[in-house]
Amino acid sequence: MRVPLSWLGEFVDLAPGTTPEDVHAALVSVGLEEEEIHRFELTGPIVVGQVLEFVGEEQTNGKTINWCQVRVAADGELAADGGPAVHGIVCGAHNFVVGDKVVVTLPGAVLPGPFPIMPRKTYGHVSDGMIASARELGLGDEHDGILVLGSLGLDPEIGTDAIALLGLDDTAVEINVTPDRGYAFSIRGVAREYAHATGAAFRDPALALTADASTVAFPVTVDDRAPIRGRVGASVFVTRAVRGVDPTRPSPAWLIARLKLAGIRSISLIVDVTNYVMIELGQPIHGYDLDTLTGGITVRRAAAGEKLVTLDDVTRTLNAEDLLITDESGPIGLAGVMGGQSTEIGAGTTNVLIEAANFDPVSIARTARRHKLPSEASRRFERGVDPAVAAVAAARVVQLLVELAGGEADGLGSLHDATPERLPIALPTGFISGLIGLEYTPGEVRSSLAEIGASLEETPAGLNVTAPSWRPDLTDKWTLAEEVARIVGYDRIPSVLPVAPPGRGLTHAQILRRQVAQTLAATGHTEVLAYPFVSEKSNNLFGLPVVPAGGPAVPQIRVANPLDGEAPFLRTSILPGLLQIAHRNRSRGIVDLAVFELGLVFRPVAGIRYGSAVVPPGAVRPSAQLEAELNAGIPPQPLSVAVVLTGSVVRPQPGQPVVPASWQHALAAVQQVALAAGVPISVRQGSHQAMHPGRTAELFVTTDAGLTSVGYAGELLPRVARGADLPAVVAVAEIDLTAVFAEAGAELRATPIATMPAATQDLSLVVDAAVPAGDVLRTLREGCGPLLDHAELVDDYRGTGVVPGRKSLTFALRFRAPDRTLTAAEASDAKLAGVAVAAARFGATLRE
Amino acid sequence: MSDPTEISEPVVSAAVEAALAAIAAANDSAALKTVRTEHTGEASPLARLNALMRSVPGNQKAAAGKLLGQARGAVAQAFSARETAITEAEATAQLAAETVDVTAAASTWKAGARHPLTLLQERVADVFVGMGWEVAEGPELESEWFNFDALNFDEDHPARAMQDTFFIDPPDAHLVLRTHTSPVQLRALLSRELPVYVVAPGRVFRTDELDATHTPVFHQIEGIAIDKGLTMAHLRGTLDHFVKAMFGPEAKVRLRPNYFPFTEPSAELDLWHPTFKDGARWIEWGGCGMVNANVLRSAGIDPEVYSGFAFGVGVERALMFRNDVKDMHDMVEGDVRFSQQYGMTV
Repeated sequence: MRVPLSWLGEFVDLAPGTTPEDVHAALVSVGLEEEEIHRFELTGPIVVGQVLEFVGEEQTNGKTINWCQVRVAADGELAADGGPAVHGIVCGAHNFVVGDKVVVTLPGAVLPGPFPIMPRKTYGHVSDGMIASARELGLGDEHDGILVLGSLGLDPEIGTDAIALLGLDDTAVEINVTPDRGYAFSIRGVAREYAHATGAAFRDPALALTADASTVAFPVTVDDRAPIRGRVGASVFVTRAVRGVDPTRPSPAWLIARLKLAGIRSISLIVDVTNYVMIELGQPIHGYDLDTLTGGITVRRAAAGEKLVTLDDVTRTLNAEDLLITDESGPIGLAGVMGGQSTEIGAGTTNVLIEAANFDPVSIARTARRHKLPSEASRRFERGVDPAVAAVAAARVVQLLVELAGGEADGLGSLHDATPERLPIALPTGFISGLIGLEYTPGEVRSSLAEIGASLEETPAGLNVTAPSWRPDLTDKWTLAEEVARIVGYDRIPSVLPVAPPGRGLTHAQILRRQVAQTLAATGHTEVLAYPFVSEKSNNLFGLPVVPAGGPAVPQIRVANPLDGEAPFLRTSILPGLLQIAHRNRSRGIVDLAVFELGLVFRPVAGIRYGSAVVPPGAVRPSAQLEAELNAGIPPQPLSVAVVLTGSVVRPQPGQPVVPASWQHALAAVQQVALAAGVPISVRQGSHQAMHPGRTAELFVTTDAGLTSVGYAGELLPRVARGADLPAVVAVAEIDLTAVFAEAGAELRATPIATMPAATQDLSLVVDAAVPAGDVLRTLREGCGPLLDHAELVDDYRGTGVVPGRKSLTFALRFRAPDRTLTAAEASDAKLAGVAVAAARFGATLRE
Repeated sequence: MSDPTEISEPVVSAAVEAALAAIAAANDSAALKTVRTEHTGEASPLARLNALMRSVPGNQKAAAGKLLGQARGAVAQAFSARETAITEAEATAQLAAETVDVTAAASTWKAGARHPLTLLQERVADVFVGMGWEVAEGPELESEWFNFDALNFDEDHPARAMQDTFFIDPPDAHLVLRTHTSPVQLRALLSRELPVYVVAPGRVFRTDELDATHTPVFHQIEGIAIDKGLTMAHLRGTLDHFVKAMFGPEAKVRLRPNYFPFTEPSAELDLWHPTFKDGARWIEWGGCGMVNANVLRSAGIDPEVYSGFAFGVGVERALMFRNDVKDMHDMVEGDVRFSQQYGMTV
């Protein structure tokens, strides 16, 4: 909402010297947030001049220019720029005659742009200023010629300051109106709020006019057979006729300037007047060409499929919920949203029927959304228009059309008012003080509520408060508390720190989540945050390890209104986002990368229909069953962590070989996550459609039910890496942290630290090359028995001395007994026990 | 030297002299080792003189023994002193030889970093955990009831249309990407015993195109306290403590009337700090207010018995005014240089 200060000042006292910033600050303090300040960005000298004579001169470019002599000061006086009283000015326009009064921008003036005016040589003359068009002054879009003041009905003295004359010295403050305060979409409402903020005197323009009763009834019927949510579409419908309007009369300059500052383009006097009254009083007005109406008006719902050509020349197919204005010819307007073409005010309109109605906010909001027709009118109706102002607004339009357009009010009109009576709100004594935490005196409560226009009635328990007609948002004692708190001032509310009951700190999962992120960062990975929007192709590739050929695609969630049509799905894996980020970094010259992200992924289960057909109402706790249904309708969103490495993990340095990122680093990251989570993650040879068939590990945690797969780590398929515009080797890992954390938190049973001497022995076993070393190691741990203290793989040898197709794995074994020094023989026996199991399971032989 | 035939002072002295000279002449441990063999070993003159002790007549044994003992003591002492000196000198030389250029250290380790948006959320959570509050979480893909209806957003209210919501296909399933962290309020109230004091950090979604100051995916931290007798003064007290804990003792809070469907009365939360970007000024940081009675009713709580307050602030915005981040692109593009500026702390 843009509020020209001259207009505001008509209804509330603005102290002399009040700046737009002052007005903003005052309005902010009562809850109208400041936006911009709008001005006509020009400075003088800009004066009224009279064309004394001009000569048309044809130019070589085919144009004809006029060399004009323009009087800009009385004979014998200096002009406002200190120059002569008559200036020679070159003008390209032809819409004027000798004797016309025009707006002359003299040297030194600056027009919006900024466009400074100076004497300049052009077409063989020195043009000592410029004759301005309405558009050059910022007054409108009119640029067919210069602004001839007579066309605005003006005949001012030569030399008059045109800035003040045209209202170009006015300024508008723009404020953001919250959806609960529709009344602040009017100068009237903002003036009232300004009075609340400053204590200045408020003069309600709605009381300045009497809404006189019409003498001849114009037939109006409200026939709503399908009210939306039980509310009739039109509660108030006022009509007034004005006849004999002079269609040639221009809108006055002050009106054009105010509308312009308020953000509305001047169209014609009649339309401008209806807009003016809407801005002033907040009541949207529709004007009909009375001569095009057929019979009376009926307000009704549309029939599905009914058609209406609206003012913007679009044929609209109507919905049964749309509220229509109709006459005997059929639909003539989409109520509260846009008028129809057949009864539009045109250049020849002389007899006007004015409509000032109050339409149901929900009906208007739905229609405006359905037809994508947000308008100044619908914006106001959606937020609630004062039902008591309709008749006054109609009278105000009549007054202005009579005054400015030479019309005559012949008494034709109607008044339908079915506004329901407002019920008082019971406000118990002490409620507001108890809610706000500040002791308000009974006087403060009463005066604050009276100031906003409420009427009060004392009751034994407190007050009965009837909200003013323009405040549909005041519905309960809490809304009244806000009014008292803001009128007295939020700055008066004291600061008291409440004492919460003792808390339990972060949950275990919250601690682990932080620890995983800290650990990955501390081990060289950089945290990034990707958008969760991906393509279907990405989800099909990364969402499942294997998709059966011809089988159903990976179950996934589609956003109905995505910003990026290429990526309308929610990620089932973090990896696609990380790959994109890796590519972006590489394109910026950062080629050695280790990035990670920890976040939710969206993993619907195939065959389940998510969501709920019905949304329960608010303000009531749903039944346990309904609540369970709502929750069951939300797809699983486990917490996931993923890592992507590419380039080198150890870069070229003095005395240090380069280490390229590989599957091993992905597995290192997995072990770092396992350490941070306190949950062992075991690794098996695995396969995943997006990953290298020979360099993929499947990751497991041990649960009560056995091994549970929690993710994959390894290298991408080179084809997939290239598809992501990355080098052939990209190491990746992704782990389902929700599944991992589920196994965390069991309290450890500590093992006593054995201090007896250890016996270490190496063991080389020859097995088939395809046997995973991890399996052999696990077997040894199992087979060597409790004396085995520690075992690790130290070598994998293939070549001379080992049969082709087999490999020699060397393990370092450490044996220890808790209670005695082991003999070499005991250690050897334990070792051989392990070898025996490995021999049985894998055909392992001792390498001598 | 020919084999000595008797233990006499001149012979012993000569052997000592020769040994001491050789010890003094030894410059490194190898030379010293030779000296040890030649002058203290079994074949050394002093050893051979010692062998003659067997043939020394009884009455001279004591004198000869003393003479030889003193001689051998002197040589051993000199040797030991020299050995210590040489060992030290050699150790020093060894260390000197091992000198490296510490500014050119090769590293098998590289720096990682946390994202400042996640770190900042953790800091805020810690401030509240320190006050006894707990941290609550909820799904990002939500039911419309939790995101709107339960929070007093009527389906036809303009506030609902203003939320620029991402809807999930099909729309009649009534699922959305949460437009704020407020649904977590409801989840906390439905699942916990009263009183409730929780904060909910998290990711939220609105259909704003990415530009310097907007991103469709961003982060909020929401707080809610429901108890008997909570007032707007408690809201202010909590916010005062919060901003001072986050930004230092000079930080101040201002409340301005505003409208939110889920609070009544509602306020805009402005923050003042002397050192923020563009100097000391008020910055809009979020919204707050007393929890709307209809929200309490949605959770089955009687608003005549319980009251409470809620607030929500933007994490991206905090990073912009606190750390002078000028462009939202830096926060969302994943350029590792952005996170690496912060390292492990924000």
